[in-house]
Amino acid sequence: MVDETERVARMRQISRAFMEHVPHHRALGIEWVHAEAAVSVMRLPYQDKLVGHPETGVLHGGAISALLDACSGAAVFMALPEITRIATLDLRIDYLRPATAKRAVLARAHCYRLSRSIGFTRCVAYHDDVDDPIAMAVGTFMRSPTVSDTAPSAAAEEGGSA
Amino acid sequence: MSALLGHIARFRAGDAAPLLEYIPYTRFLGMSVGLENDAIVGQLPFAEHLVGNPLLPALHGGTVAALLESTAVFQLLWQHASVVLPKTINITVQYLRTGRTENTYAQATITKLGRRVVAVHARAWQQERERPIATAVVHFLLGRGSAGGQTERRGEGEPS
Repeated sequence: MVDETERVARMRQISRAFMEHVPHHRALGIEWVHAEAAVSVMRLPYQDKLVGHPETGVLHGGAISALLDACSGAAVFMALPEITRIATLDLRIDYLRPATAKRAVLARAHCYRLSRSIGFTRCVAYHDDVDDPIAMAVGTFMRSPTVSDTAPSAAAEEGGSA
Repeated sequence: MSALLGHIARFRAGDAAPLLEYIPYTRFLGMSVGLENDAIVGQLPFAEHLVGNPLLPALHGGTVAALLESTAVFQLLWQHASVVLPKTINITVQYLRTGRTENTYAQATITKLGRRVVAVHARAWQQERERPIATAVVHFLLGRGSAGGQTERRGEGEPS
């Protein structure tokens, strides 16, 4: 059994290295500002090139989608026992209100359930108050099996369809 | 008339370039738009900055979502002359296959045009149209000035 603090530190280090090398994250200027067990917080700085509505200066939904997708995926990484490939199965985003022009958008994601095959996530986008959201997302991510998953004890714990 | 409405009018007359150029984010993605049997085809030429997984490599899910959502908006503007500035209520994207590092295309179908809300289904593919890499369901709220079907020039949509 790997120590939890050690696991979180290792996953933070490995996934940060991966996230920082993603060309689309670099192009968007996405910063990973916080990571803990099964939780990730990312920041998308306001940039003129990401505007979807030039007359209001509001960011395009696509930029918010990319942020929520990235942040949700990172939360799954932070829940995993060891690094493995993950793939987004689906992501639903509700746009609750327009983002305010000229302000950075933050996202906080939680992988609230990790089964042998699937990570289930919730993610909220906001400016400075997580309780005053701009957008909410729920997602499911498929994970490739890892060595520890194939151990008999881990397999026996898992039930259900996921 | 605002610059945006002017560009939308030109788009409806068949010239999409000024609108795509005017929206910073579609310019950032490098997205373009074509027509096929009077339906919009959204086009996302491959570019390095769209990559989400450099190890596979694969396109970022967010870029595919943006192509699907934008294609849905363009189809709506093209098909329904009465629709002005639709706002996205929500989008659900289903990722079916890895988006490879090649050109991606998308088409959208309006499944329901109501007075205030429109439901659109969109799909994206790469080399083989019959093997979609992602599909999406998008709901839009129609802005003020939209008159749900009263001045239609295309399509069979009727206000509910």
